[in-house]
Amino acid sequence: MNVGHAPDVQRPSAAPSSDGSAGPFTGTGQLFRLAARRDRVRLPVWLIGLTAVIGASTNALVGFYDTPVKQAGYAATVENSAVSRLMGGTPYDVDTFGGILAYEITAVAGVTVALMVIFLVTRHIRGEEESGNAELVRSAVTGRHAALAATLALASVASGLAGLLVAGVLALSGVAVGPSLLFGAGLAAIGLAFTAVAAVAAQVASTARTALGGAILVMLALFIVRGIGAVEDNWLTWLAPFGWQDEIRPFGERAQGWPLLVSIGFAAVVLALAAWLAARRDFGAGLLQARAGRPTAAGWLRTPMALAFRMQRGLLLAWGVGLVVLAAVFGAVGREVRTMIDSNPEVGQVILGQIDDVVLGYLSFVTHFMGVTVATYAVVSALRLRREEESGRADAVLAGGVSRTRWALSGIVVTAGCSALMAVAVGLGVGLTHGLVSDDMARVGPLLGAALGTLPAVWTLAAVAFALHGWVPRWTALVWLPTAWAFIQAYLGDLLDFPDGISGLSPFWHLPKVPAESFEPVAFVVLTGLALALTALGVAGLRRRDLA
Amino acid sequence: MAAIELRDVVKTFGAVRALDGFDLEVEAGEVHGFLGPNGSGKSTAIRLLLGLLRPDSGGATLLGGDPWRDAPTLHRRLAYVPGEVNLWPNLTGGEVIDLLGRLRGGLDQRRRADLVERFGLDPTRRCGTYSKGNRQKVALVAALASDVELYLLDEPTSGLDPLMEAEFQTWVRESRPEGSTVLLSSHILAEVEALCDRVSIIRAGRRVQSGTLADLRHHTRTTVVADTSADDETTAAALRGLAGIHHLSLERGRLVMEVESHDLAGVLRHLADLGVTSLQAHPPTLEELFLHEYGEVPT
Ligand SMILES: Nc1ncnc2c1ncn2[C@@H]1O[C@H](COP(=O)(O)OP(=O)(O)OP(=O)(O)O)[C@@H](O)[C@H]1O
Ligand SMILES: [Mg+2]
Repeated sequence: MNVGHAPDVQRPSAAPSSDGSAGPFTGTGQLFRLAARRDRVRLPVWLIGLTAVIGASTNALVGFYDTPVKQAGYAATVENSAVSRLMGGTPYDVDTFGGILAYEITAVAGVTVALMVIFLVTRHIRGEEESGNAELVRSAVTGRHAALAATLALASVASGLAGLLVAGVLALSGVAVGPSLLFGAGLAAIGLAFTAVAAVAAQVASTARTALGGAILVMLALFIVRGIGAVEDNWLTWLAPFGWQDEIRPFGERAQGWPLLVSIGFAAVVLALAAWLAARRDFGAGLLQARAGRPTAAGWLRTPMALAFRMQRGLLLAWGVGLVVLAAVFGAVGREVRTMIDSNPEVGQVILGQIDDVVLGYLSFVTHFMGVTVATYAVVSALRLRREEESGRADAVLAGGVSRTRWALSGIVVTAGCSALMAVAVGLGVGLTHGLVSDDMARVGPLLGAALGTLPAVWTLAAVAFALHGWVPRWTALVWLPTAWAFIQAYLGDLLDFPDGISGLSPFWHLPKVPAESFEPVAFVVLTGLALALTALGVAGLRRRDLA
Repeated sequence: MAAIELRDVVKTFGAVRALDGFDLEVEAGEVHGFLGPNGSGKSTAIRLLLGLLRPDSGGATLLGGDPWRDAPTLHRRLAYVPGEVNLWPNLTGGEVIDLLGRLRGGLDQRRRADLVERFGLDPTRRCGTYSKGNRQKVALVAALASDVELYLLDEPTSGLDPLMEAEFQTWVRESRPEGSTVLLSSHILAEVEALCDRVSIIRAGRRVQSGTLADLRHHTRTTVVADTSADDETTAAALRGLAGIHHLSLERGRLVMEVESHDLAGVLRHLADLGVTSLQAHPPTLEELFLHEYGEVPT
């Protein structure tokens, strides 16, 4: 047999750069297109959702502050309001129409854009590596920095689009185009800054999930730092991208573009760090290596429930810390609420509904809002069951003599129990800090009770996830729709004044606003029953279908 | 008694008929090889036996019970190595082995220690950091360390190096519990030849062959090479029309052909009249056997 040399064949190179060799960015274009294609549903959903919420808010505000008198009233209120400052930052030009609209939407818009790019960057850098999708791509001719560059390009495009859309919404509401664009640019700059933060987190953390959690934690910390800086009126606002956006002050005489450069400079430095770290990281691993672990399992790790709990320990801890900090901030701010609302009762009514005692009203709002946040945790936890199935890990448990019902119930009990634990932590967090700042511990008990009172709604949202998982597993993620709705309803419901039928799609709407209103056992029992029924339905579905 | 019995099982995924009237019998105590091309339905059949999938129609019996209805009780009597091993990334290999063993009601610590050593597994590493082969080892050790009646192994040695492959074979031959049954899906023919009492071959969701390797060989063709003193025309004329001859080639007195095994006697009788000066006949190699079964439509 002829084993001689094969004739030299001219091979087409996969991605030739201009000088014929592969540079560090070779292939960025292809990777960008691939990433954009993979996100062709997800990104539009983020952007449309953002536009819809912002559009609805501005639309509701338009008639509210159309005279100089009303605008001055708004300014007087927020300038002295700790809550407003905590969420919206330093109020600049809030006696102008544009300034008011921008101030009302800035928290939601900024945090949403930050979350959008954090999810995007983590998914494309680490998620793709963990699923193995990236390996094939990376083995093709691509430069060292191509994957990072493509991801960052996509995140920048997404941030830019978000800024443009929000600017468009403002302009359509009657704000001048120039300042609207400047505000949008500030928003895009926030996206850019957090793109860089997420890129670093993705290099450092040992798994995609910790990268995501880390970046979100940094984002929340920066948000709170900016808020505290705005409350105290000091330099702390300058430590966070959210603060840089405030300093653009697009709507007054003092409008200035240069804080954009701070964001861009920050992003550039942090991105350089990410690239430097990326060169020192192994594919699929972070710089922080996982430690060696136990050679044998702890004695208690012997049931599916123990496994479910073990797998969610990190989730519980991360969310627990985040929620307790948030609860403490809300609780501590409670004392300042009276000053704010006293200065403008009209606004007080808008934000808190028809409630007499303003502090109680504030605390009820906080309880409601924190309840929805706990529900978000519960949904994340509930989705773990689907993840276990999808990844094939459930097979190993089910092949070990565990019935489907028992397997599902293990996850369900962990979700229900841990979200109850979270509600206790939140209730105590709000109650104790509020008690400390106001020297009145009498509210601790009622606030704890109020937090526990939101649990039926929390469980109902988790139960929606279980029901979807049982019957339409591919669509389990749809549970985010009612969850997002619950947020919008909680945050903007009174302002936007939806019809009851629509508001009622949030389970939280059916609960009384405790502690301002009194506890209603009927609502509690009915919603808990609904949660149980949905969960039972889900388990029934799971028992009769194929597993993925 | 049969440990596994599938009768005319149909399983569809949308338009795909993954199992299309599939039959399978595995006797208690035997090592049964399960072979077939990629996507032919092996993993589907095994997941169906585990009650993870529900058949559209047909009958299934596993260890005397119904794999769908009695799944949890039956699973205490079997161990499974999935075709695609996915483990909890933040548990260590040791934790996974213990956990899976405990779910089934406990693990023999001696066997566990022995297997961990034989497979050279570092049980302190987190599963997220294992290589593919090491993840496979974790699943394998977890399964083999349990003392059960039936082992359902879906390509258990894919990704293992030859030393580990040898360890696995030693385990099946020497260390597995007395009287236990093994269903071994595999693409490694040498492994199947070394271990299996009987094999079933599946293609496009249907069983195309089942029996011992000797049986299978008997059902296929023998390659015959002969030199004859007769000229080529005579030889061709003599063999033309004989049953069971395929791929005949003739060149200056040298004859090469494939003969159906059951027609071999008749063909050789005719060859004798042609003045054979040399004769070689060899049964199909395993590869030939499988290429034949995988590649051609059975008649
Ligand atoms: N959940 C599913 N949804 C849709 N199609 C599926 C699903 N599971 C399997 N299939 C299809 O069923 C057929 C049989 O797949 P199966 O995994 O059983 O093959 P296999 O014999 O194990 O192949 P391999 O040797 O590659 O492991 C394939 O065509 C596959 O695409
Ligand atoms: Mg398979």
